[in-house]
Amino acid sequence: MTSIAQETAPLTRRKRRWEGLPYWLILPTVAYLGVFFVWPMIQGFGLALQDETGAWSFTAFRTMVDDAAFGEAMSFTFLLILVVVPIQFVLALGMALLLNARLRGGGLFLYIFLLPLAISDLAAGIAWSAIFTERGYLNTILGGVGVLEQPFIFLDPTSKTQLVIAVAAAEIWRSTTFMMVILFAGLQAIPKDYTEAAEVFGAGFFQRVRHVIFPMLKPSIQVALLLRLIFAFEVFAVVIALTGSGATVLAAEAYKWQATNENEHVAAAYSMVILGLSLAAAAVILVALRTPRERRLR
Amino acid sequence: MSEIRFQAVRKSFGKFAAVDGVDLEVRDREFVVLLGPSGCGKTTLLRCLAGLERVDDGRVFIGDRDSTDLPPRRRRIAMVFQSYAVFPHMKVYDNIAFGLRMQREKKPVIDERVRSSAGLLHIEELLDRYSSQLSGGQRQRVAVARAIATKADVLLMDEPLSNLDALLRLEMRAELKTLLQNLDATTIYVTHDQIEALSMGDRIAVMNKGRIVQLGNPLEVYDNPSDTFVGGFIGNPPMNFLEAEVSANGGASNAKLSGGSFELTGETAALAGHNLLLGIRAEAIGVETAAADGLGRAKVIVLEPLGSHNLLTVRCGADTLKVSIQPDLFPQPESDVWLRLEPSRIRWMDRDTGVAIHTGTEEFATETAVVTT
Amino acid sequence: MALPRIRVGRVFAYVAALAVAAFILAPIYLITISAFSSFDAVYEYPKNLVPTDASMESMNIFLESDGVTDSLLRSAYVAAITIVLCLALGTPAGYALARFTFRGGNPFQLALVSTRAFPLIIIAIPLAVTYLRVGIDDTVIGVALAHVAFTLPLTVLVTASVFAGISYELEEAAMTLGCNRLSAFRKIALPLALPGVAASAIFVFVTSWNEVFAAALLTLRERTLPAQMLAALDTSPLPYRLAGGFFLLAPALVVIFFIRKYLLTTWGRVAR
Repeated sequence: MTSIAQETAPLTRRKRRWEGLPYWLILPTVAYLGVFFVWPMIQGFGLALQDETGAWSFTAFRTMVDDAAFGEAMSFTFLLILVVVPIQFVLALGMALLLNARLRGGGLFLYIFLLPLAISDLAAGIAWSAIFTERGYLNTILGGVGVLEQPFIFLDPTSKTQLVIAVAAAEIWRSTTFMMVILFAGLQAIPKDYTEAAEVFGAGFFQRVRHVIFPMLKPSIQVALLLRLIFAFEVFAVVIALTGSGATVLAAEAYKWQATNENEHVAAAYSMVILGLSLAAAAVILVALRTPRERRLR
Repeated sequence: MSEIRFQAVRKSFGKFAAVDGVDLEVRDREFVVLLGPSGCGKTTLLRCLAGLERVDDGRVFIGDRDSTDLPPRRRRIAMVFQSYAVFPHMKVYDNIAFGLRMQREKKPVIDERVRSSAGLLHIEELLDRYSSQLSGGQRQRVAVARAIATKADVLLMDEPLSNLDALLRLEMRAELKTLLQNLDATTIYVTHDQIEALSMGDRIAVMNKGRIVQLGNPLEVYDNPSDTFVGGFIGNPPMNFLEAEVSANGGASNAKLSGGSFELTGETAALAGHNLLLGIRAEAIGVETAAADGLGRAKVIVLEPLGSHNLLTVRCGADTLKVSIQPDLFPQPESDVWLRLEPSRIRWMDRDTGVAIHTGTEEFATETAVVTT
Repeated sequence: MALPRIRVGRVFAYVAALAVAAFILAPIYLITISAFSSFDAVYEYPKNLVPTDASMESMNIFLESDGVTDSLLRSAYVAAITIVLCLALGTPAGYALARFTFRGGNPFQLALVSTRAFPLIIIAIPLAVTYLRVGIDDTVIGVALAHVAFTLPLTVLVTASVFAGISYELEEAAMTLGCNRLSAFRKIALPLALPGVAASAIFVFVTSWNEVFAAALLTLRERTLPAQMLAALDTSPLPYRLAGGFFLLAPALVVIFFIRKYLLTTWGRVAR
């Protein structure tokens, strides 16, 4: 017995070193994110709450709010979310259900449906400006089928409604896939037995979606909406590419204050507004769509 | 050479003590089966031996070396995993050769050993295939061939047959036993299947809740379970346990069951002072369809014909018993039958602790005990 | 009755799928034919919906413009540096998450997931300030470092999911056959994880190639392609923009083809 007791000392030491391995493995990531993610974020708070002299103040926020562009950016950002996200959600769910239906040629549909995921908002903006521009493809088609006599000015800088619709079209085109991927992954995690059981008990397609698929998909819906909303507050290049200076959004203002006006304090204040809105949206979605643990799949 | 010794081995996962103080000695070239229900710690004990888990306390000896702190590769072991763990990115040949290559054997040696191992398992024609092109049974053969190719001193098997379908398992069981008989390795074999354990092992170590509760050869473990757990876990159907009271009555003793009582002959002194359970195997109960003098009456609940014999569930007093009878006897449900307990096969357990009580007469009693109503 | 109804449903599904596919493909098609058309065709109205005279004129205007080839190369550099750093830093962490249960493992994973609630914009602005001070403003490496900060969390989560999909018993088997921990990883886990890790590398590439905001903020002359395009939006001629748009968009067509399976399994699972 004594020999065992004596020998446990080196054993424990060795065990500690062994248990240290995962910490060594995550150390590079933790260190990097500390320096390049957490620290800049803290710096961002500092920038937003300081004036040019380095003194603590709300000057940056006051400058931001007093600027006429702030209200415009705010309202355009929200208007865009209001138009885009609901349409996108329905479309994404429909696309996910279509892929899940295992149609013949599903592989091709899958490829096509996924394409927008790798397309930047700048590219989307440029592509859709070729469509919406006065001498563009939409007027060509509408003129060709005789709906329009004269080319219509879709991207009219004085019509906010038209600008929102144009940007919304590009955004729906570009970022619906993102939601679809999350929803489709969620759909695939639902065992076929459940929908088949519902079918045996006489549920039609829409009843199955409403009573079986929807409740089980709720956690995925939650994540999809959450991430989509967060990204919606960052919308940037697509607006610039489509509207020029006709409309502005929060991220565009942040960019303008940093790059053009060279005032990093106001830019940081804008980024803090974006962060605040992202977190608020996340909180709302998390609460509104929470699924009690016992009602979850698995 | 390659005997194995566990000394007070403990291993916990968080607060759960998976292995809770195990002492076990396995002789050179012996085939020992670790048998127990899932979660009893048998696989953890095997993994401690392999070096895949570090023990919290205690020592592990392989051969004469203290291997407690050695990494798996220095323990001169080979292992067959439950999932087979056949490397999917290598051909069968390279899978079998893997261990030999790690030992830097020469090419001709590797080739010779790969082919002979493959030959022993009849998979020579599969050497060029990948794991995904094999059936479950073939993968299992590859895993065994890979383990024996290195000629390790110790062969560890973690439920190697549990992923096979019933027919294949039966076939493989016999084949594996033949194969291992011709090898020089000491083998530790983990299973939850008591038939596998009974049919293959030189000795069986029955585990429960992290401890070894009985160690013995298959017949011993089957016939003389050390406690109610072993009696209930081993054997199909499990051993019957009936509450009993034994009263000394001059020279003879009398055993009282809920369905009747009978005379006990032989030594019963050890039974005094215990709350008792009477244990008896299903095949140690005789059944008559007609009332005969001195037989205990029971009511048939269900009859299950199993081909080689019929399994009868009967109610005798407050007790429900499983009885196996000859295949041409078909007592109908609700009918009465009469039971005879074979005295030499009666085992006594303490009702409170579950531990067996040895009267010293189990093997020798020849008189017939008869339940009288 | 039941059979025809199912058939109607199927037909409807095909019509819907084709409509969605057309909606997605139309802009890609239009920008492609625009990018490969003559100068005159770009400005003509009504437009030609079927390319009859494909021409490299617009493409040449774009490619011969000042700074375009440089920015293309820079975008490639930035993406390459980002991928290398991401994998070098992230693969070990992903492996740790998949293979070990350790105190702090779950909070670490949760922290990685929650980084996605913090937009890149927030870190881009302070980084621009810091870069000026440190002297790596307007450099390829500076942009890459920002991109790594943004893509590293997802890389870790995806590689963790990849490694989790490879049974640890395989590595254990290798260890019983003579490998140590490192060689078991190198000979068994790594080769099996390679396709999944490559897929996550491709995703990092796409993210970096597409990223506009940070790239535009952190550079002035050393612009990546998206930054260059953004800066030139209101000053450049239409053919230039269309050809540039095509260059931005083209990698998507190739990349999605290679990672489409992974997007739905690994990536989709991680996103949930």
